[in-house]
Order: sequence, then structure tokens, then C-alpha cells
Amino acid sequence: MNIPFTKFNNLGVIISSVLILISVLSMLFKGLTLGLDFTGGVSLEIKYEQKADLERIRSSISKIENSNFVVLNFGSDDNVLIKFQSDEDLNINAQTVVDQLKNDNYLGEVTKSETIFPQIGEELRDKGGIAILVAILVILVYVIFRFQIKFGYGAIAALVHDVLIILGIFSIFNLVFDLSVLAALLAVVGYSLNDSIVVSDRIRENFVDKNKHGSSDTLINLSLNQVFLRTIVTSFTTLLVLVALLIAGGEALKNFSLALAMGVVVGSYSSIFIVVKILFLTNLTKKDMEKTSNEPEESYSMD
Amino acid sequence: MNRFKIWQNFLISTVLVVGIIFSLPNFFPTNPALQVASSNSSIFFDTSIKEEIEKLLKKNNVFVDKIENVDNALQITLQSVNDQLAARRLIADYSKGEFIIALNSVATTPNWLKDLGGKPLNLGLDLAGGVHFLLEVDTERYSTERLSSEGASLLEEFSKRGINSNYKSSSNEITLNFTSANDVTEAKNYLDQNNFSVSGSKYDLIQNGNSINLRYTSNYLAEIVDYAVDQNLVALRNRVNELGVSEPIVQREGKSRIVVELPGVQDSASAKKIIGKTANLEFRLEARSNASFLRKDKFFYKNQPSSSAFLEKKIILSGDSVTNAQSSFDENGRPQVNISLDISGGRAMQEATKDNIGRRLGVLLIEEKTKTFFDENNEVLQESYVEKSIISNATIQDVLGTSFRITGLSNSYEASDLALLLRAGALAAPMKFVEEQTIGPTLGQENITKGLNSVIIGFILVFIFMLIRYRLFGIAANFALIFNLVLITAVMSLIGATLTLPGIAGIVLTVGMAVDANVLIFARISEEIRSNSEVQLAIKNGFSKAFGTIMDANITTLLVALILYAIGTGPIKGFAITLSIGIVTSIFTAILVTRGIVNIMYGYRKVERLNI
Repeated sequence: MNIPFTKFNNLGVIISSVLILISVLSMLFKGLTLGLDFTGGVSLEIKYEQKADLERIRSSISKIENSNFVVLNFGSDDNVLIKFQSDEDLNINAQTVVDQLKNDNYLGEVTKSETIFPQIGEELRDKGGIAILVAILVILVYVIFRFQIKFGYGAIAALVHDVLIILGIFSIFNLVFDLSVLAALLAVVGYSLNDSIVVSDRIRENFVDKNKHGSSDTLINLSLNQVFLRTIVTSFTTLLVLVALLIAGGEALKNFSLALAMGVVVGSYSSIFIVVKILFLTNLTKKDMEKTSNEPEESYSMD
Repeated sequence: MNRFKIWQNFLISTVLVVGIIFSLPNFFPTNPALQVASSNSSIFFDTSIKEEIEKLLKKNNVFVDKIENVDNALQITLQSVNDQLAARRLIADYSKGEFIIALNSVATTPNWLKDLGGKPLNLGLDLAGGVHFLLEVDTERYSTERLSSEGASLLEEFSKRGINSNYKSSSNEITLNFTSANDVTEAKNYLDQNNFSVSGSKYDLIQNGNSINLRYTSNYLAEIVDYAVDQNLVALRNRVNELGVSEPIVQREGKSRIVVELPGVQDSASAKKIIGKTANLEFRLEARSNASFLRKDKFFYKNQPSSSAFLEKKIILSGDSVTNAQSSFDENGRPQVNISLDISGGRAMQEATKDNIGRRLGVLLIEEKTKTFFDENNEVLQESYVEKSIISNATIQDVLGTSFRITGLSNSYEASDLALLLRAGALAAPMKFVEEQTIGPTLGQENITKGLNSVIIGFILVFIFMLIRYRLFGIAANFALIFNLVLITAVMSLIGATLTLPGIAGIVLTVGMAVDANVLIFARISEEIRSNSEVQLAIKNGFSKAFGTIMDANITTLLVALILYAIGTGPIKGFAITLSIGIVTSIFTAILVTRGIVNIMYGYRKVERLNI
């Protein structure tokens, strides 16, 4: 296989820049649709025996003094999700809604009820942001330690690229961003890194190899061609299981699987285009490798 | 030739066998069961109660599978859910609501597996159904309340010294106001002498004209909150035990929070009531033998319900005055309990004991308890009542003040039990609910089904793909994948990790990502073949060249998973656990197990061509 990846490099940069710009703008002006985990509030899931009459539910609970009820179908038309923000002392809570529906004789089976105080949500939001930053930092340190700082820049750029684009998609399409999506995002960080490292590893190997000659461009292109099939196959198997999760995992895992699926696609793309572009920009040469050529490359050996 | 050394084959087979053994318990069905305990720790489930219950159930045609004593409780295994509900009603009626009866299920794990330490996976609330609460110490209210009570005591001390003052409490601080500069100076002198001084680490003192502001230093506040959370944990555990839930979780989370998880409970309102209720303590003198019945009450001892004592009706002080109680040892190494009271409590104690040396002082524990019955439709009927019992009745040796001790305890267990009761009487600090979640049993079951289906579908898809793409090598990879699932299940069961829905998602993701290592290896082998390596050498080099990449890629992913675990709560933790375990097991299976199978397939013969 001989695909001139490096030729498409600038095209990749243009596409990525546009995507990132759109994502950042959307997040700035539109923001993320945060889930209950992060905003605090009350959510109730009620399952009816037949198709639920949303209007009837709305008119029933509108008798409660609270204007911000959101009533919608969830997963299927017999499942209803009621969400609302309450005052600080939660005078209006899940029980109030259940009682009201019971009074009006239209209560199905309450399958799940969740109440989170706003303060907890705020805290989780902060913690989530910190987690992503810490993850990126730890990875940077590891990659610098194991490889070389230029690979570190490449891996981090790819990571930031992937995370921003996924956040952008969630913002643009009003997908609910909750704790499970945050977990998925961190898993994407891990996955994107996995890809970047496989690519970087190959590039390093070819740069170190004294039998391989040619410009940086030739060597990088050779490396990309060598790992390309693996990147495709692994992304494909991961996408396969994510499709399984989307089909069978139900509503609770839907956005989680979606975020991961996007991460797999964007992550594979960025490992080829973003990592490499950074290596070009930082002018990676065979000389860079000499300092690290006595790295414990050979210490991992199997019988 | 590619062959493993004997020890390598031995290692792989051992891990495989151990993995299979410890994942086995998950494949045995569970039987419905009842766990019957007493709300009073002094009732022992001896054989007579056991026989009576057995007879009762037999008479009513409830078929009992097994009935046994477990930790002073009865474990009754039944054959059907209907029998389980019928038995619950019968036993509740029989005990007149005194027993705590929890519905649970018993794994039918065979004994030899149990003896090896095998147990099925713990299911999280999203799979088992139940109630989850997060409670938080109301730090502001706690410090304000504590300061106000200290303020009240200070005023008394001041007025005794002829100092005129009043105090006002606001958020996190109190302001003591005085009428003259002279009073302020005298008050300050008193405060300095009594450890309120600025140099002390407990209080921040600011003098402002004729008033003094008093607040806790942040260090001291953190310290008392920390202590209060520990005390509350004990109290909450006791209360939760009363709910009759099998395997409840009451755990501290962070600096000021407590998580309570009650699997199987659906009625969050009544659970909340019991968790939020208060118990209390009363200190009363033992009544003189000639005291009239109008002035004394009879109480039973908590740990010896057959004996009783008369205490005076007059209450010296109540549990709110107890600031600390800890078991320790005296100079001679005998167990004792040290008790600290707040200033007003200390004064009351001094007042009461100074003329009563030689008499006994009783400590009453007042608990709000609930009797639970079930009607014909198995609806829960609850009736609450108050139980007062004596936890200590010791002789007064000296005039007692803010800190004193109870000695003469027979052993250190008794001492720590007593300290626990003295502390656990009331919640040490007010708590509020900050998170509440109820998951219905249908949703739990649905989540299990969905989770299992996604694992199965994901697995089959990957299995077929690997088979088509890599043929014989695909078989090796697929075997490694099966092995990987077995190992994840075994490790989770063995370390008692909790499986949640996001956790299942983590397993599904592992299935997809675990083959990555094999894909890397196979790609390397085919590269070697193309550069005209001999087949056996190509296999050898393929494995060793891919190794470094696999390690690097997995270690970084593991780092991310560990960060996820460290910062995550609930669902995120569940995901991080399975992801971490999956990464580690997949390194083992994808490298060693695949290699082992490839060795078996190719290592023992001459191979001319390799189809990869």
C-alpha cells in the first residue's frame, strides 16, 4: 500500500481548523446542553402501559406552582421523562409530581427518579474539567518520557482536537452532556492517545532505523502506510461494539456510545493528520531521535 | 520453532483455570430468601426460634429450602417469590413486628466454590434497583449551632463574674456584646484563661469596640466536621440496619458527605424518614430505693434485657451535650470510656454530682424504632415507637465536669461499644440530602438484559470479523477474547467490585479494543512475511516487535482509566473499574494467550506458507 498521506496534510489541517472553529463558536454562543448531573434538578422516568398522553401529564402537573417542567418521551412513546429545576429546599420534588399525577389518576410505573442539588452539579462540572486537564498533563509527561517532546505535542494536539470536535457536535445537535458522556470523553482521550502512540511508535522506529533512508516526509509517509490498515481494523472493531451498544444498550447509554463512536472516528483521523502535521511543524528529523535512540526500545523482548 | 517453555504454558493454564473457577459463581441462579434479624441486638436466634419459624411456615404450606443461622440472623431460602412474600407476612405477624425482615436472594453457589472464596458479582443500584442517597453535613448550620451553644454557656459564666453581656449569632460566627470597656477586658481575660485565646488553634477572636466576634478557625472547623461525619456514619449505619435491607452501603465520601445505597428498597420516602430520624441520650441518676414511683421510671438494660433498674425522672442532661466519647485504657491498662461535655453540660453535671457521690448515674439511649407489618396485598404497614434502654449505670466517684470517664468495664469491646452508643445517640452534625435516586426493579432488570445483549452482540460481531479477516489467527484472537471476558468477570468477582451499567459498557468497549493488540501483532507478522522472513521467524518477530507499541498504547489508556477512577463518582467509577481491569487482562490475553495458541497451531511443525 502506498497512499501519499502527507500530500493531504494541508487539506486535513484546513478541515480540522474549520471543524474546531465551528465547535468553539457553537460552544461560546450556544453552549452545551448539560444533563441533570451538572445542572442539578429533578428528573422522573415513568413507564405507562400504552402510549403516554403527554398533554394530559402536562396539564396535570401544571397545577403545581412551578413553570419549568419539561415533559417528553424517552426511548419509546410509553416512556415519559419529566425534568425540572426546583428551589433550593426542594419544596417541589419528585414526590410532589408523583402525588399530583396520582391525584389526577394518570400515574404509570415510576422506573427512575433522580434529585440532584445544584451545588453538587457545579462541583461535578469543575471536577470533570479538572479530570480532563489532569489526564492531558499526565499523558504529556508519559509521552515525553517514553518518546520525545515533539511526539508529545503531536499527541496533545490530537487530543485537544478530538475533545473539542466532540464537544462541538454535542453543542450543535443539542445532545445532552451528562456524567456518562464525560466518562466517554475521557475514554476518547485514552483511545485517541492509543492511536497517536501507535503512529508515533512506527515513525520513531523508522527514524531510528539506520537502514531506512530518505527525507522526513518519505519516512513519515512510509510509517503511516504501515499502520494505516491497523488503524482502520481497530477502529472498525471498536465501532462494531459501539454499534452493539447503540442498538442494545438502551437510552441510558445512547449519548455515551455516540460520544465514543465520534471519538473513534475523529481519533483515528487525527492520529494520521494532526499528529503528523505537528511533527512537520516542529521539524522532526532523524537527528532528534539520536538522543533517544538508547531508549529501552530493546528491553521489551519476548522469547 | 515457536514453543513456550513449560513454565509459560503452566502460567497460562493456571490463570485460565483460576479465571474459570472464580467467574463460575456468576452462572448459578439465585433463590429468593428472607433475612430475619432482631431490632433488638440482645435477642439471639437460637434453635428454638428457628424451629418455631420452621414449624410456622410448614403449617402454612410455605416450602422452605434451607433455614440457617448467619451472624445472629436467620437466613431462610425459599423456592418461589410467592413463598417469599407469604413467609415475610407470616414471620412479621409472628414477631409482632419486632423482627427486621429483609427480602434478598441467595446465590446457589456450591459449597466447594464458596470455600475457595468464589462469589458472584456485586450489582450496582442501576442493575439491582434501589435507593441512593447522598447526604452532606450542613457545615454552616453546624458551626453556627455549636457556636451559639457555646455562646449561651459563656453568657452564664460571664454573668457569674458580674459581666453584663448578650450575644447574637449569625452565619458561622457569634458576636458577644458588652456594655462597658471594663466588661470587655474582663471577658477577654476569662476567654484567654479558658483556651479561647487568639493564640489557640480553635477560635478566631476579633475585638471590635465593646464587642467580641468569635468564630472557628478553618482548621478547627474542618476537624470537627471530619469528626462529626465519622460519628454520623455510625449513627446512619445503625439506622439503615433497622430498615432491614440486605447488603446496604453506608460510606463516607470526601470531607463532608455520606453515601447511602439501599438495594431493593423502593419506598424512598419512608427510607428517608428513618435515615433522617433522631435518637438521643439522657443522663439520669439512679433512683434511691425508697423513692416514690412518681419520681422514678423502670428501664431495661440494652445488652441484658432481662435485668432492669430504676432511674429518677429528672433528666440531668441530654445527648446534645455530649461532644465526644472515646474508649481508651487507664493507667493500669484497664478499659475505660472518656466522655466530654460542652460547657453547659459540664455545669449541669457538676451541679448534679457534687452532692451525689457514691450514687449511680444511668445513661439512657432513646431510639425511635419502627415495627413493620404486611397486609394481605403485601403492602407495608409501619408503626413507629420509642424504645428507651440503659446503656450504662456506673457509680459516681467524684464531682464530674466537662470531661470524665467511665471505668470498670469488663473488656475493651464493651468499652468501644459503649463509646459508640454514647456518640451515636444523635447525629453529631445536622445533615441534608443533596442527591437522591430511585431505580425501579423493572428498570434494573431491563438494564441487565440490555447490558448483556450489548456484550453478546458486540462480541459476536467482533468474533465474526476477526474470523473472516484473519482466519486461523482470528481463531487464536477470538479464543483470547473469550479468555479475556472470563478473566474480567473473575477479577471483578474476586475483588468484590461492583458492576454497573456503565461498567458493562466498559466491558463492551474492552471487547472492541482488546483485539487491537492482536491486530497490531498480526499486521507485524504479515509485514515480516512480505519482507521474505521465514514463517517461524516472522511469527517470533511479529510478536516481539509489536510488544513495545502494545505496552505504550495500553499504559497510557490505563493512566486515563485510573484518573477516571480517582475523580469519578458512581457511574464513572463503574466504567473506570471495568475499563482498567479490561486493559490489564487484555494485555495478558492478547499477548500471552494468543501466542500460546499460535504456538500450538504452528510452533510444532514446519510451515511453508502463512495465510494472514
